[in-house]
Amino acid sequence: MKKHFLIISFSISMLLSILIVSCQPNVSIETAQYAVNGQKLYITHCQNCHGAKGEGLGTLYPPLTDSTYLRQNRHQLASIVKFGMQGAIEVAGKTFDNAMPGIKELSNIEIAYILTYVTTTFGKDTKTYTQEEVQESLKGHQ
Amino acid sequence: MKSYLKFNFIALAISVFLISCSSNGNEKKLPYIGESTVNEKTVDGQTVTDTIPYAIPSFSFLNQDSVMITDKTFENKIFIANFFFTNCPSICPTMQRNLLQVYEKYKDDDRVAFLSHSIDFKYDSPAVLKSYAEKLGVTDDRWQFVMGSKKDIYGMADSYFVYTKEDETAPGGYDHQGYFMLIDKNKHIRGAYDGTLIDQIDLLLADMEVLLKEQ
Ligand code: HEC
Repeated sequence: MKKHFLIISFSISMLLSILIVSCQPNVSIETAQYAVNGQKLYITHCQNCHGAKGEGLGTLYPPLTDSTYLRQNRHQLASIVKFGMQGAIEVAGKTFDNAMPGIKELSNIEIAYILTYVTTTFGKDTKTYTQEEVQESLKGHQ
Repeated sequence: MKSYLKFNFIALAISVFLISCSSNGNEKKLPYIGESTVNEKTVDGQTVTDTIPYAIPSFSFLNQDSVMITDKTFENKIFIANFFFTNCPSICPTMQRNLLQVYEKYKDDDRVAFLSHSIDFKYDSPAVLKSYAEKLGVTDDRWQFVMGSKKDIYGMADSYFVYTKEDETAPGGYDHQGYFMLIDKNKHIRGAYDGTLIDQIDLLLADMEVLLKEQ
């Protein structure tokens, strides 16, 4: 019985490490862990509008795959998530003019998880979106 | 005892296999959903029963071009009906993303149509629906977005067996189910699919092919 458990847990951790290594090259363990946690939260809070691959939907919901937009607006991302946004913006060469409702119930660490997932999986970044960055971004709103 | 159970399970698996194989031979038929009416009449002294499947009632609603459309608009077409609203933050984006795939698959096919009813009778005017349709990527009248009075739209939802309710505590102010209802040329309901689940969309696509082959 014990042996079984060992074999199973060994293969699971092998699988996990292969997954992490193959999906996220050159990413620290911390960043990878943030991204894993962020994926679950993304599915619950963002995927309906922004899509499973961050592809967006028509010109209703913008894609989250525009690395340039994400980099240029990095300091605002947390406040977009928490407080929402509206007005015309240009993402991936298209104009969007709709409203995103803020998701107030998310904590700072949860926002850090989500944004690490978004910026390293859909965007091309390799570093953690830290809790400090979240705090900094939310400052203007409190 | 254990081996007996195991045996039972194997037997079950084999019979499921056999059943699914044998039904492969004859064509798949879609069910009729809803309670049918049975008419009895006497022919040559014998009672014969005539079963008429449930059909959705006739309707008329204003569409995204401010044109009144009715059940006649869908004459000789199969169509998919659902309920949504443009400001819906929860299930609607997923639902409409999935329905858009079906719409795009049947591009240039006049036998298939789409009908989205807005349950936000306060905000979703034809102009709002028009802008929504364009942003979603709907460019022709094969996909109708309609509005109507609260009574008419919510009553219609009941006729499709889809739950809808104005509810302040629900995200966006309305609570509703995300079903896609598949309607045949004679307005009978032939399938119900969870519009938020991608494998249900595969089932819908398969069933539409079955329905298109019918008479
Ligand atoms: C109800 C739909 C909806 C949900 C849920 C939603 N968004 Fe948005 N999001 C939008 C819309 C609409 C815009 C564009 C707003 C505008 O036009 O000003 C947007 C814009 C954005 C932007 C800036 C533009 C871009 O594409 O990069 C980011 C970043 C973003 N959302 C991230 C998120 C994240 C992360 C979540 C989950 C925590 C989320 N959104 C949940 C609808 C939504």
